[in-house]
Amino acid sequence: MRIDAEAIQKRFGEDFVALDDVTLAVPEGSLTALLGPSGSGKSTLLRIMAGLETPDSGVIKIAGNDVTTARPQDRGIGFVFQHYAAFAHMSVRENVAFGLKIRKRPKADVRAKVDELLDLVGLTQWGGQRPHQLSGGQRQRMALARALAIEPRVLLLDEPFGALDANVRAELRRWLRRLHDEQHVTTVLVTHDQEEAMEVADTIAVMNKGRIEQVGSPQEVYDAPATDFVMSFLGPISTVAGKLVRPHDISLSHTPAGGDVRATVKRVVHLGFEVRIELVMDDGTTARVQLTREQTAELGLSEGQEVYVHPPESKVIGRADEHQEALLGASDDDTLSEAVV
Amino acid sequence: MGLSTLYLSVIVLIPVAALISVALGSGLHAFWTSFTSSLALKALWQTLALSAVVAVIGSVMGTIVAWVLVRDQFPGKRILNSIIDLPFALPTIVASLALLGLYGTSSPVGINLSLTRTIVAIALLFVTLPFAVRSVQPVLLEVDKDVEEAAASLGASNATTFRRIVLPALRPAILSGTALSFARCMGEYGSIVLLATKIPIASLVIFADVESATGSGNSAYQPAAGLSVALLVIALVVLFGLRKWGADRGR
Amino acid sequence: MVVRPVWKYSLRAVSLVYLALLLLAPVVFIFIKTFEHGFSTAWSYMTTPAAVSAFWLSVLIAAVAVPLNTIFGVGTAMVLVRSETRGRKILDALIDIPFVVSPVIIGLALVLVYGIHGWFGSWFIDRGIPIIFNPLGMILATVFVSLPFCVREVAPVLMEVGTEQEQAAATLGASSWQTFWRVTLPSIRTGVAYGVVLTTARALGEIGAVAVVSSNVLGSTISLPLLVKYRTQVVGPGGISAAYATGVELAVMSLIVLFAMTLLAPERKDAR
Repeated sequence: MRIDAEAIQKRFGEDFVALDDVTLAVPEGSLTALLGPSGSGKSTLLRIMAGLETPDSGVIKIAGNDVTTARPQDRGIGFVFQHYAAFAHMSVRENVAFGLKIRKRPKADVRAKVDELLDLVGLTQWGGQRPHQLSGGQRQRMALARALAIEPRVLLLDEPFGALDANVRAELRRWLRRLHDEQHVTTVLVTHDQEEAMEVADTIAVMNKGRIEQVGSPQEVYDAPATDFVMSFLGPISTVAGKLVRPHDISLSHTPAGGDVRATVKRVVHLGFEVRIELVMDDGTTARVQLTREQTAELGLSEGQEVYVHPPESKVIGRADEHQEALLGASDDDTLSEAVV
Repeated sequence: MGLSTLYLSVIVLIPVAALISVALGSGLHAFWTSFTSSLALKALWQTLALSAVVAVIGSVMGTIVAWVLVRDQFPGKRILNSIIDLPFALPTIVASLALLGLYGTSSPVGINLSLTRTIVAIALLFVTLPFAVRSVQPVLLEVDKDVEEAAASLGASNATTFRRIVLPALRPAILSGTALSFARCMGEYGSIVLLATKIPIASLVIFADVESATGSGNSAYQPAAGLSVALLVIALVVLFGLRKWGADRGR
Repeated sequence: MVVRPVWKYSLRAVSLVYLALLLLAPVVFIFIKTFEHGFSTAWSYMTTPAAVSAFWLSVLIAAVAVPLNTIFGVGTAMVLVRSETRGRKILDALIDIPFVVSPVIIGLALVLVYGIHGWFGSWFIDRGIPIIFNPLGMILATVFVSLPFCVREVAPVLMEVGTEQEQAAATLGASSWQTFWRVTLPSIRTGVAYGVVLTTARALGEIGAVAVVSSNVLGSTISLPLLVKYRTQVVGPGGISAAYATGVELAVMSLIVLFAMTLLAPERKDAR
């Protein structure tokens, strides 16, 4: 089922605007990530979709029906919390069966469904254990099974891997993607980890300070960022001649060409497969360039050396925003920025 | 919310309202006399002094006991820890009886403290022990050892570390425990009723006043009610004062 | 801090001596004194008609007061922790009244309301429900004095458990009542259990308030603690020795309560 948020406004207290006129369409069967730093409003938006918070104004629709005033119980959603929200006093089986027992399904059906789900998430031998006996990753898989048990129309995940170790996180995010490919439940995932969003999601909505800055596929948001924020959040950036560019798009040479900036090599860091060059530009600013080993060897770079930086075209589609204006100092461009969504 | 308030009103608020109403009902002069008569004043003073002394001694000892329970290790410590709650579990009258026999006229250990303020103080120390210990214990458990170790590495002696790092952290809890002990002592009845027969203690005086109140109407209870309100006000003032002091210093 | 041995052992010694003299000595003494004339004498004191009826009265009072205050306690804890109404702070302060007020004063206050000349006294007496000088009054007094325990034990547990499990239950389709019964209540059960234990201890041991509201008629309004008190005032047989016997009876009941407290304590605050 598709889920739509239209013109959502949410304010906490007197001055904190969590969501400012947010509109988002999540296509049926997709896995959409809400990506942004803390305070961007992504969790708030998710919770409003779930009915755990109410918006000040705006509409939430599931499968075209207005559910803005409906309780969480009545929306047909599944929710997974960052800290699992496991029912500590129930076994894993009882946790997963909870939603079905509430709906008074016959015992045999419940048992069969729980078995099926435990198998799906790989927790079959753990059915009789209590949540505190499980690892974090296992608890989260249980939470997913629990949410899927009620066959939700939309699955909402609030930083589901945030409390887990790095390697468990990596493993689970791949597992989640595989699960989604099998089950095809419309899923919205909140995360602050751009690598996670790019690896798992079909569509990424990049959020910042209560607004959506861009919605697109992982490749789109990385290669064609709509704003400076999107560009800096999705990947590493360097500032050359007042433009934001990717370190791996910069090329260096010993002979100047038109438009090149002069710089001195400050440090050459060999990181195994890539080499990071730290430069001090003529105007005093620093920049990082990422080169392959071969390129570095070809140039024969060493500390203190003088090189010329050839900046590529900035990929940012939108016009200068505050970030860029600050870099340029007094802007010769009087027009306001437009965020391209 | 409504149900809770209703329950609370019926059980608690209405009786308290009646108390205040009767205390003041016979006029301000009667109210004033009820706690400034010579017996009433003696009782208030005695009770106040005794409560204060016991609260302070109990606090000091309670902190020591809490320290030993948290920082020390020895066999039987767990049992000791559970015994601390004994005064909470034991009916106060039993404590009174035990102390009467143990330190009274026919004392098996030859210590006769009957009819003295000391034995009353012992009884009060008994009942307030859990307050003194249990208010400090959890805070002591939570104190960050790292901070103490940092102080030591910077050259602070144990005494200095205790005075400047540990004690300030414990201060709110200690004051809170002292306040609770004080309030409890002010109103204590069961543990001292068999021991304080010759000593004017407020709760016993009020009880005697109630028993002897005859005649029609609630106004017969006015003296008792007046003294009660006075006692209550003192207890509340000290309780909130100590708590506020602890909260302010604790920041 | 690494404490020097001389300090460590002195503190330990001081604590142990203090606790031994203050706590253990009286309790041990009571037991010895009760059985110094033999078990059967003590037993006979515990089984006189007055003693038996006192026992059952104490049990009855507790059996009414504890469930009432438990339900009130859980409900009020939910209000204090989960709801946003403005009267919360006042409710919070009011709950502590039974902690601060002397039980004798509580008894007096109840007499002023429910006694013959009390505010509502005649209303009740006319309908044949005398409250003062009656077990009903003793129950009321006991409910008053043991009111705060359950609330104060459940509220922190409720706060610590947090609302996430309840939110999860809502997303899974559970109604408010289903959520409370299946998720909230089980998650706070140790707090409730401890609150029940404390309330029971307080109810059984109450003497100050019930002394004021009870008549001095043996057999009808004498609870076990009151029996101890009255027996001490009797000279000769059935006097102080009988008082000790009842004292031991109460002590045994309280040791059972203490044991229950110890069992439940590891999940709460205790020395490591």
